[in-house]
Amino acid sequence: MKQIRFKFLFGLTVLAFNTYAADNVLRVFEEREKKTNSSFTAFSIAQGEKIFRSERVNSKGEKVSCMTCHTANPKAEGLTRANKVIAPLAPAANQERFTDIAKVEKWFKRNCKDVLDRECTNTEKGHFTAWILSVK
Amino acid sequence: MKKTFLLLLIMTSVTATMNAWTDDDDDEHEGKHRESRSVSYTERRQVTTAPVMNAKFKAECTSCHMAYPPGLLPARSWTQMMNTLDKHFGEDASIDEATKKEVLEYLLKYSSDHAYSRRGTKILATIGNNAPMRITETPYFIRKHDEIADSTFKRKAIGSKSNCLACHSGAESGYFEEDNVRIPRANELPSKKK
Repeated sequence: MKQIRFKFLFGLTVLAFNTYAADNVLRVFEEREKKTNSSFTAFSIAQGEKIFRSERVNSKGEKVSCMTCHTANPKAEGLTRANKVIAPLAPAANQERFTDIAKVEKWFKRNCKDVLDRECTNTEKGHFTAWILSVK
Repeated sequence: MKKTFLLLLIMTSVTATMNAWTDDDDDEHEGKHRESRSVSYTERRQVTTAPVMNAKFKAECTSCHMAYPPGLLPARSWTQMMNTLDKHFGEDASIDEATKKEVLEYLLKYSSDHAYSRRGTKILATIGNNAPMRITETPYFIRKHDEIADSTFKRKAIGSKSNCLACHSGAESGYFEEDNVRIPRANELPSKKK
């Protein structure tokens, strides 16, 4: 019984920790936004989803969007161009996502360049993060 | 409340870091052990091209594609590869200088002209002084796969010639023997492999 209670408490702690960490990534973007925009209140979930779903033709002439590799469902597994399976992007399906700011920044940098041919702004990253955290 | 979380966060990080260190140590010893041990001919034939996968290499180079054994290409290829990461097969795969240095050191240490591997040696023998960027364009690779149709490589579970792992399950440890080949059927889906 004691062990079960311990496991339960431990599970609860891990869950709480993860939720906190995911919010924390969003908070980093919020704090940065406040520094450049004094009237900032919150990022837009709708704008975030728009970033994920917008298709464009990149400098290589390919039709690309985030969905090219992550599929249209952020809770589903994706596939890289080299056919490697990508774990789901939404924290609702993969709790490791959006818990490590360095990792989040690294992939925004790479993938924004890939899809948009430029790096994303803090505002865009904020919208996107707000949306992906809202996916249930 | 926030303080409790912070404390938990610190505790979790410390534990995670300690685990990582322990893991590293194990790998290190294993690597040294394997390298210093004398191997029989049969074992030597199967020696992997990378006995221990470098952690940074694994983290930085295997998110998008499989872990290509360093022994499949010579040092000159890896040097050029790591110096052109901003244009890596059509993608910008730049990494910071310190990471790049460590990954390159690992690649060079096990490259085909610095470490023995069965396949590496065979590939090396067919490329002259070239510094190929694609293993799939080396004469040895082409000869070994000449019976495979282009349409087979395009199957959903394979994708392209660069996905060794689709048919050679031991590819990441440098094992490409014929007895271990299994070509996915046309209707199979890509499988999740580490």
